[in-house]
Amino acid sequence: MPSASPISSVNDFVVRFANVNGSGSASANELFARAILRMGVPVSPRNIFPSNIQGLPTWYEVRVTEAGYLGARGGIDLMVAMNPQTFDKDVAAIEPGGYLLYDSTKPIPMARFRDDITVIGVPLTAICNKTYSDPRQRQLFKNIIYIGALSALLDMDVPAIEKLLGEQYKGKEKLLQPNIHALHLGRDWALENLRCPIGLRVKPANGVGNRIFVEGNAAAALGAVYGGATVCAWYPITPSSSLAEAFTRYCSRLRIDPDGNKHKFAIVQAEDELASIGLVIGAAWNGARAFTATSGPGISLMQEFVGLAYFAEIPAVIFDVQRAGPSTGMPTRTQQGDLLSCAYASHGDTKHVLLFPEDPTETFEFAADAFDLADRLQTPVFVLMDLDIGMNHRLCRPFAWDDTRKYDRGKVMHEVELDAGRDFGRYLDVDGDGIPFRTYPGTHPSKGSFFTRGTSRDRYARYTEEGGAYADNMQRLLRKFDTAKDLVPRPLQANAEKATKFGVIYYGSTSPAMDEAIHLLQANGRTLDRMRVRAFPFHSSVTSFLADHDFVFVVEQNRDAQLRTLIVNECGVDPVRLVPVLHYDGTPITARFIAQTIGEHLAALKVTPLRKVVS
Amino acid sequence: MTYIAKPKFHHPGLPKNELGYTHRDYEGKISTLCAGCGHDSITASIIEACFELSIAPHRVAKISGIGCSSKTPDYFLGNSHGFNSVHGRMPSVLTGANLANRDLIYLGVSGDGDSASIGFGQFAHAIRRGVNMVYIVENNGVYGLTKGQFSATADRGSKSKRGLVNNDSSIDLVAIALQLGATFVARSFSGDKHQLVPLIKAAVDHQGAAFIDVISPCVAFNNHVGSTKSFDYVREHNEAVNRLDVITGRAPIKVDYEPGKVEVVEQHDGSKLALRKLNHDYDPHDRLAAMSFLQQHAAKGLVVTGLLFVDSDPEDLHQHLNTVAAPLNTLTEPELCPGSSVLEKINAGLR
Repeated sequence: MPSASPISSVNDFVVRFANVNGSGSASANELFARAILRMGVPVSPRNIFPSNIQGLPTWYEVRVTEAGYLGARGGIDLMVAMNPQTFDKDVAAIEPGGYLLYDSTKPIPMARFRDDITVIGVPLTAICNKTYSDPRQRQLFKNIIYIGALSALLDMDVPAIEKLLGEQYKGKEKLLQPNIHALHLGRDWALENLRCPIGLRVKPANGVGNRIFVEGNAAAALGAVYGGATVCAWYPITPSSSLAEAFTRYCSRLRIDPDGNKHKFAIVQAEDELASIGLVIGAAWNGARAFTATSGPGISLMQEFVGLAYFAEIPAVIFDVQRAGPSTGMPTRTQQGDLLSCAYASHGDTKHVLLFPEDPTETFEFAADAFDLADRLQTPVFVLMDLDIGMNHRLCRPFAWDDTRKYDRGKVMHEVELDAGRDFGRYLDVDGDGIPFRTYPGTHPSKGSFFTRGTSRDRYARYTEEGGAYADNMQRLLRKFDTAKDLVPRPLQANAEKATKFGVIYYGSTSPAMDEAIHLLQANGRTLDRMRVRAFPFHSSVTSFLADHDFVFVVEQNRDAQLRTLIVNECGVDPVRLVPVLHYDGTPITARFIAQTIGEHLAALKVTPLRKVVS
Repeated sequence: MTYIAKPKFHHPGLPKNELGYTHRDYEGKISTLCAGCGHDSITASIIEACFELSIAPHRVAKISGIGCSSKTPDYFLGNSHGFNSVHGRMPSVLTGANLANRDLIYLGVSGDGDSASIGFGQFAHAIRRGVNMVYIVENNGVYGLTKGQFSATADRGSKSKRGLVNNDSSIDLVAIALQLGATFVARSFSGDKHQLVPLIKAAVDHQGAAFIDVISPCVAFNNHVGSTKSFDYVREHNEAVNRLDVITGRAPIKVDYEPGKVEVVEQHDGSKLALRKLNHDYDPHDRLAAMSFLQQHAAKGLVVTGLLFVDSDPEDLHQHLNTVAAPLNTLTEPELCPGSSVLEKINAGLR
């Protein structure tokens, strides 16, 4: 008997699958998550994978959460331990009172288990070997067999799983029956030999609604299709590669000219990130909507070009799926580590527009918006995602599109206006918003052409190295950046019921964990106003939020408090009033971490004001 | 910086081309390069070629990197859009521009530092992708703007103005372009306008990746005894394999070669290249033979010039990508955005 009483929970627990990379477990594990969704119970799955093709450990975690908390929770209630390499660590990671499902074909010494967990052995290899002779089949069906066993142990809806398999193997019926057979092999064995269900159960509920289950990288790609991108240049890098690949996939479905099967898009896998951004800048200079997708190291390589695009005022959209870095290892882990390298990318005085989507649906929206913003502001726009959003399926609002929406191509002067005698100065601020007009190459035989360079030019794009002309241009670029503050997505604020002197600012993938943390804090009688920042430059409401609170926690997933630095820099606030809450070990931030850290700070603040401690 | 404004007046009787433009319509700002710079001769040849081809000046996009050569697009085709991009990255900017609008003529101007050193990778990849462009390298073997350092095309053993000897092997961009699949490869000399102008015209008409390496002596830093990129050295070691004239519907035929010795090559767009063979061993349709000929003559210290290779039926990047005929930058919402009903179906597939 376990020394801790077994955890008992319906529709609220965490299952983690420990597998070997390349063993075909991913699709079986995803099937498990989807089956629970089909039962109307929200899930939040996460891949924890190595930089490797085959052989290294990989994990897949499914948080089952009827309450709809989609952030990582921390802690594991049921471990499906399928990887001998990590067995001991996996067993140690289980919460007291939790459960272990393992392959009991080979006896494992008792010492390797724990007495405070429930150990469930299923002879998976033995069942497989008895049924299948082909080694590949043994490997693949073993995964489905453990899903079958889990369906019995967790009291899952079998028809839902069968229906999902049917959808997965539509048109490949030959594969369907063997999969259903394997599912029942596992299920039947469990029903006959184990006490089912265990303390963790899935019960049909009504918590999913019309939400969709999608990865952020696919959502970004779809947003680029809807946003009118025609040129994509990219270089493979985890975790962004699947974004460009999804764009290719969507374009081959949605952007084929019916007349002659020609492509209304051009995608180039470039030789490196320098070329990727160069292609994007060339295409955008020439009037096409263009983007690249990359991650931190790619951003580093693009710095010189990004500066040129800033000064030459060329629209470019850059999706940065952030990861820890550099080199190998941590790059398959999530982080919000590129804020500063994007915000101030390049040499000289530069500032860039950043968008921070919280989930795949907002990524879709911001992706499409980014092309409008880039054209309107004639400047690079970064969509800062991260691995947690990009490479995990997330339950989110369905995508929506307003068919009356028109692309905002910004201030472009065409042949008609030039012929009508309108004055064209490429860097002339005609409207006072800092945004000049541009012309596309090839517009007019004798008017509107100009020579694009970096900074050494006057308002009419004539070459000059005069300091006055340079400073004049730099001032205008600042005006343009001010204009951006009211064009980018506004921060979203949610106030506590009662007025409080404490606030919290967060952004991006921290969002679901933060929502949950607020509830955890409330349960302990601690209330905070919160603001989700959705873009840089900051809207004036950010400064107001800072003014309204004595202390503002800034929650982020990096070591150096990069958003806090940006706020200090741009909003002129006393840094002491901004308390960093930082999570940066490569795992997604959890509500437990946020609530605990903020709770400790609040307790400390009650004893001694932080202002006094620091000064 | 240009301090001198170019006078606007010109001779009333200047000849006009088919579109009614004079030479002056293809000029740009006054050059700020050193007096006698080979690059200015190339600029003059580009102007002459575009005039003779009767190209509408605004239908050319001029793109360059950084360096003396990369400054020159400001000195020709003043009614064209130009882009002085970053060092060594002209090829990627040009490729992107070409993808956005396949209807313009793309003229990439670069130098030996820009294309053989910092931008060697981009040069190689633009060539191997078959971007429809004219890629001109104004090759002087030296960094001029930074005052005389060797570039990667400087020959081994050649001497700098300060007397230093270059010990590194040189990069021959022509050999590389041939190896990487350029469908039009030529070498010329800035001092030989009669050879260069037809080569540029032929390259413009060529609907694929056209590369021209133009040896262009640097009068300030690389025109001394001991240099292999000086006017005297190139004149003495120039081995021209052929002479070319370009016959298009737009320009009059000006072949003055002896009949029987002229080979006419028809290009995909209908233009014709009249080639007068100077070296009877040389076949400009045989890529492998061209590479071998080049290497053998380089070993003897000879600089082979002329049209070195041409594929008269080239493919380009747009063909490989199967893009629509309309320039991508002209497509609008109805052609690009699948709309809400499609999105509903996508949503349904994600549940």
